[in-house]
Amino acid sequence: MIIHRAAIYVLWLRELKRFSRAKSRVVGALAMPLFFLAFLGLGFRKMMIPGVSGGVGYVSFLVPGILGMSLLFSSTFGGLSVLWDKEFGFLKEIMVAPVSRVSIVLGRLAGGVTTTLVQGVLILGVSLFMGFKINTLASLPLAVVFMALISITFLGLGLIFASKMKDMQGFNIVFNFVIFPLFFLSGVLYPLDNFPQWLRYVSYVDPLTYGVDGLRGVLIGVSSFSVIFDLVMMTAMSLVMIFLGAYFFEKSEAV
Amino acid sequence: MILGLPRGIGNAVFLPGLFDCPGMLCYKNLFSARCCVMHAIEVDGLTKKFNGFTAVDNIDFTVDAGELFGLLGPNGAGKTTTINILSTLLDATAGHGRIFGFDVARDKHEVRKKIGVVFQEVALDVKLTGKENLEFHGMMYGMAREERREKVKEVLELVELTDKADALVETYSGGMKRRLEIARGLVHKPNVLFLDEPTLGLDAQTRRHIWDYIKKLNKESDVTIILTSHYMEEADYLCERIAIMDNGKFVASGSPEKLKDVLGGDVVSLELEGSAGNLIAYLNDKEWIKTLAEHDGVLSLTLERGERRIPELVTAAQAHDVKVACVHLRKPSLEDVFLHYTGKTIRDREASQSERNRAMMRGRMGKRR
Repeated sequence: MIIHRAAIYVLWLRELKRFSRAKSRVVGALAMPLFFLAFLGLGFRKMMIPGVSGGVGYVSFLVPGILGMSLLFSSTFGGLSVLWDKEFGFLKEIMVAPVSRVSIVLGRLAGGVTTTLVQGVLILGVSLFMGFKINTLASLPLAVVFMALISITFLGLGLIFASKMKDMQGFNIVFNFVIFPLFFLSGVLYPLDNFPQWLRYVSYVDPLTYGVDGLRGVLIGVSSFSVIFDLVMMTAMSLVMIFLGAYFFEKSEAV
Repeated sequence: MILGLPRGIGNAVFLPGLFDCPGMLCYKNLFSARCCVMHAIEVDGLTKKFNGFTAVDNIDFTVDAGELFGLLGPNGAGKTTTINILSTLLDATAGHGRIFGFDVARDKHEVRKKIGVVFQEVALDVKLTGKENLEFHGMMYGMAREERREKVKEVLELVELTDKADALVETYSGGMKRRLEIARGLVHKPNVLFLDEPTLGLDAQTRRHIWDYIKKLNKESDVTIILTSHYMEEADYLCERIAIMDNGKFVASGSPEKLKDVLGGDVVSLELEGSAGNLIAYLNDKEWIKTLAEHDGVLSLTLERGERRIPELVTAAQAHDVKVACVHLRKPSLEDVFLHYTGKTIRDREASQSERNRAMMRGRMGKRR
């Protein structure tokens, strides 16, 4: 496995430049999770939701979930952005360079993780002003680790779809039949304890389940699994996804 | 002349920077019956099928180092597929391509280091500036900072884009984007540069400009250039040697002059009204007519001293009850060469190609499933 560090760096740099120049993209990516937070938080403020323990309000329960949601969306899109490069021809410029395919995947990954983390941290920051209270500040680094693992997992997933799709036309299918079910199954909006047993089993194959649960454990001290278990599961799933993503990307044709 | 270095058995040895002409460095040359110069590009039996549809059909050719070689043919003839295979983006179904001895399917990494490609469609990141696109390229090719800066500056000057270097590419005109791409193809000092339809969709003036860059480039550096085009006059003006491609096959190759000489003498076109069958049968027996092709009511003949034969042709037409509406005499162009070898004009070919392209798309989509 040959790693070309300069190539990884320049692919990362390109991603950052594009991100910082697309102000509307950044605003758009932040707006939806913040609206979710604001309206769901306000709307369900007074309700007692079964499974949400008394000491934790719904907003506190919701914030880690919304973080996971935002990472799920922006990372999958990030992985799928290979298709934009394909559409605009730039993928050929990348693929014809004497750079190992692994380095190309790592470069994209580095860029994707960085930009999605920036978004995640911004959302977390804004939520603090909306009344969200973090358990202890010491838990922040571990929260960032969880966010990075979620990001890597779904960048890998996006890359798998991008390698299998010819253009952006299949995007809606991926969105409706993959991203949305992953979102609902992960317990972003409600505790998974309320699911019937069979559906709970289904949710166990959703990587985001462990991501969101881990973030809850770290940020508000409430989780279904232990934080260590969540961490192990997320690490394993991110490794599998990125391996598969790299594998399919390597196999795909640039033209 | 350096003959070659017998190093390592079974491997082509390449020592960059030690010698000027990398084409002479393969030990194989020691045992070669040919001269010591290895071909920049060697293609034999190259075939590409998309789900049963044959886009490139068993083609062979070689290009010498420093040559400006043209692949000429209508859209859909297989030129771009050939370029994609030689630039490692597609794998051939059969046959081999070698760039300075490196196999394009097996030694992809080495081949990629040696080549620069300007693709048919724009392949720039429009959200980056011109300079950033070039810097990106230089870094992808592992160039050191100083060398990169210098080369980027140099190529920007070459294509006269220094003033616009810091503007986002989305603000560039079509011609500027093309120039930037040609500049980019040169940043890493490739040994072989592929130009796929470099002037497609550009206005006449910009096209001229780009032709001049390409000519200058080929003259001033020792880069080997392969260019595809469906503009006959482009290939005629630029290329030292061309191959005419049609339906995935090579129908003729040689220098433009040589190809035109095959037709011999002048081209006389007669625009006819009425059934020309008898007239054609009559003319077919005439020895002084070298070639004869009828297309869309226009009879094209090649013959020597055409101006002296026109009265005779008109008389013959009248004798066969065919009215001659117009007579045209000119020196043959590559368009005539194409007509001679394929029986069709390039424009006709392109019209009938659209069906072929659809078949190809179907083939490719099927393959992905």
